[in-house]
Amino acid sequence: MSEQATASILELAAITKTYQVKQGMFAAAKPLHALGGVSLRINRKDVVGLVGESGCGKSTLAKILLGLEAPTTGKVLVDGAEIGPRERRLLARRIQPIFQDPYSSLNPRKSIEDIIALPLVVHNVGDHASRMQAVTKMLDLVGLPARVRRGYPSQLSGGQRQRVAIARALIMKPEIVICDEPTSALDVSVQSQILNLLGDLRQELGLTYLFISHNLAVVEHLATRVAVMYLGQIVEEAPAAELFAGPRHPYTQALLDSVLTPDPALSVPDTHLGAAYPNPISPPSGCRFHPRCAQARAACKTTPPPHVVGAGGHVDCHLYGAATN
Amino acid sequence: MSDPILSVHDLTIDIPMGQGTMHAVRGIGFDLKRGETLCIVGESGSGKSLTSLAIMGLLPKNLKRAASRLEFARIDLQHQKPRQMRDLRGNRMAMIFQEPMTSLNPAYTIGDQLEEAYLLHNKTGRAEARARAVALLGKVGITAAESRLSQYPHQLSGGLRQRVMIAMALMCAPELIIADEPTTALDVTIQAQILRLLADLQREMNMAMILVTHDLGVVARIADKVAVMYAGEVVEQGTAQEIFRHPRHPYTRGLLRCIPVPGKTKPGEHLGSIPGIVPSLIGRMEGCAFRTRCDVAEAACASAVPERHTETGHAWRCIHENEGHENEGRVPA
Ligand SMILES: Nc1ncnc2c1ncn2[C@@H]1O[C@H](COP(=O)(O)OP(=O)(O)OP(=O)(O)O)[C@@H](O)[C@H]1O
Ligand SMILES: Nc1ncnc2c1ncn2[C@@H]1O[C@H](COP(=O)(O)OP(=O)(O)O)[C@@H](O)[C@H]1O
Ligand code: SF4
Ligand code: SF4
Ligand SMILES: [Mg+2]
Ligand SMILES: [Mg+2]
Repeated sequence: MSEQATASILELAAITKTYQVKQGMFAAAKPLHALGGVSLRINRKDVVGLVGESGCGKSTLAKILLGLEAPTTGKVLVDGAEIGPRERRLLARRIQPIFQDPYSSLNPRKSIEDIIALPLVVHNVGDHASRMQAVTKMLDLVGLPARVRRGYPSQLSGGQRQRVAIARALIMKPEIVICDEPTSALDVSVQSQILNLLGDLRQELGLTYLFISHNLAVVEHLATRVAVMYLGQIVEEAPAAELFAGPRHPYTQALLDSVLTPDPALSVPDTHLGAAYPNPISPPSGCRFHPRCAQARAACKTTPPPHVVGAGGHVDCHLYGAATN
Repeated sequence: MSDPILSVHDLTIDIPMGQGTMHAVRGIGFDLKRGETLCIVGESGSGKSLTSLAIMGLLPKNLKRAASRLEFARIDLQHQKPRQMRDLRGNRMAMIFQEPMTSLNPAYTIGDQLEEAYLLHNKTGRAEARARAVALLGKVGITAAESRLSQYPHQLSGGLRQRVMIAMALMCAPELIIADEPTTALDVTIQAQILRLLADLQREMNMAMILVTHDLGVVARIADKVAVMYAGEVVEQGTAQEIFRHPRHPYTRGLLRCIPVPGKTKPGEHLGSIPGIVPSLIGRMEGCAFRTRCDVAEAACASAVPERHTETGHAWRCIHENEGHENEGRVPA
C-alpha cells in the first residue's frame, strides 16, 4: 500500500454523473445524480470489490470506466494521465468488460469464434488468420473445448457462455477487467468454476479487476480492496481483510450483517436497517444514509459527513470525527 | 406427533416435447407438518418450481402430473375440481413468486388487490377487508400503510412490492405457504429483512412453509427440513443440521464445497466445483442421474440406485453409505 501514489493504474477523481429523468409524460425532467463525487484509485493487480444495493450507481461507474458513458464532471486518469473523449477508444484496448447476464450479452446469431474475435475486428487488430489463432489460445485459456468454436451461444450452458464472455474480454490483452456481477446469474457449481478461473487468470496474466457484486461472500473471497457505495457515493473504502474484519461505516456493517453463512445453528440476522430506499432524485439531507441508520445523531440530518482518511482507506461518517484532509 | 398438513409421495411431472417426453420431476416425496419449514434447494432446471406449481395446481395444461399421494390437510389434491382448487388457493394455501409483478396487477391499487384477495374467500364487507389489509401491511413492515392502499404497484420499490406480495398471500391466513425464490432478485439487506419477516410470520401463524431457493445460506438459516433436488429427483433430504453437518449425497457435498464461506474458505484459494452439466431428462432414465459428474461413481451407478436412510429420517439415494463426512469443516461448527 505504500507505493499507492505511483502504482495506481486507474483513478477516478471526483466523478459525478447526472441523468435527466422524467417521472411522467408531461412532467419536467429532473436531475438524477447517479454518481455524486466518486473518487477511487485502483492499483495494479488489485481486485477492487464494489458493493452496494441496487441502483446505487455501480454500473454507472463501470460504464464511465469503460468509456461507454461520459462523466458529467470529474476526471478519469490512466497511469496518472487524464483520459479525454478522444482517448476513450484507445482505453478500450486496456480495459474490457464482463457483464452479468451470459444469456443476453452474447449475440445469438454469431458463432462463438466470431463473438470472441469481435474486439479484434472492432479495433482493427491483425488479419483473419491471426485472429483465429488468438481465438484458439483464448478457448484454451478459459477452458472451453475447441469444438464449441463453430457453435452458437444457444448451444452452450450458462457457465460456458460466461467463459465465452471472459475469452472475448481477454482477447485484447487488457490490463484491467471490469466485472459487473459476472456470476450472479449462475448456479453455485458454475459460479465456483468462474471464480476459480478469474483468480487463475489474474495470477497468470497479472490482471487488475474491478469486481462488482451483490454477493459479499464472493467479494470477500476474491477482492484485495473493497469500496462500499451508497446512493452514488463511496462511503467506505479499505483493504478487504480490514473491511471484513472491522467494518466501520454503519451501512457497511449492515451489509456484512446480512451475509447468510450456511450455518444451520443461526437464524436470519437483524440488519437494524430501515427499509426505505431513498429516492435518488431527492436524496436525504446531511448524510444520505441517515433515514436508515441506527446510529444517526443530530448532525447527520443536517451536515454531510466528514471524509475521514485512515491508514488503509477512508470512511465518510460523523461517528469517526472530523475530516483529516 | 400431528398428521402432516402436506403429503407428497412419488410425484412425477412429464412434459411432452417434440423429441419425446421430458421427465422433469421423477418420483419425489416429502411430508410437511404445521409450523415446519421445508427448503427445496437445487440448480436451475432441477424441478423446484414445477414441484411448487404441481402442489398448488398451477401447472400449465400440457404438463402431466401423477402421484401416489398428494394431500393437503387430508384433502386429495388429485381429485379436486378446478373451482375447488381455486377455493383452496389464496385461502388455505398461498404462493409467493420470485417476481412480484407476476401476481400484482399493475392496473389496480395495492388496496384493491389486497381486499379482493380477502373478499374472494370471505363473506364480509369491504371495511373489514380494508382493516385487515392495513394490519397486514403494517405487519410486513410497511410504514404509513393506510396511504399505501391507494398506490399502484409500479410506485413501489422491488423490496416493497415483495412485502405487498407477502401481505397478499397472508390475507386469508393460509395454512401452507409456498415461496419460490422470494428474495433472489433483491438486495442482500432487503433479502435478510424479508426472510426474517417470513420466518417470524410463519412461526406466529403456525403455517407450514415451503421455500424454494438455490442459496445455501438461506437454506441453512431458515429450514427445519431440506430437500436437495438434482435433475428432477430429491437426491437427499433431512433436517438442516443433518444436511449441513453430515451431508451424505455426493451432490450435496459438492454443492457445499462450491460456495465461499467467510471465515472458512481462505480468500483466493480454489473453490470446489462440480464439472460437467446436468443430463437431458428427455427419454427413459436409468441409474443415478448424477453419475456423469460424480467423483465417486462406479459401474453400479448405471443401474438402479438404492435409497438409504437413518433412523432419524435422513435419506439419500446413492450406492455408497458415505459416512463420516464432516463437510471438511466448511460449515461453522
Ligand atoms: N440511462 C439512464 N437514464 C436515467 N437514469 C439512469 C440511467 N442509468 C442509470 N440510471 C439511474 O442511475 C442510478 C444508478 O444506476 P446503476 O445502474 O449504476 O445502479 P447499480 O448500482 O448498477 O444497480 P444494480 O445493482 O441494480 O445493477 C439509478 O437510480 C438508475 O435508475
Ligand atoms: N411449461 C413448461 N414447458 C416446458 N418445459 C418446462 C416448463 N416448465 C418448466 N420446464 C422445464 O422443466 C425443468 C424444471 O423446471 P423448473 O421446475 O422451473 O426448474 P427450477 O428448479 O429451476 O425451478 C426445466 O428443464 C424447465 O426448462
Ligand atoms: S454519518 Fe450519521 S447517519 Fe451517516 S452513517 Fe454515520 S452515523 Fe449514520
Ligand atoms: S449413486 Fe453413484 S453416481 Fe450417484 S451419487 Fe452415488 S456414487 Fe455418485
Ligand atoms: Mg448494475
Ligand atoms: Mg424456478
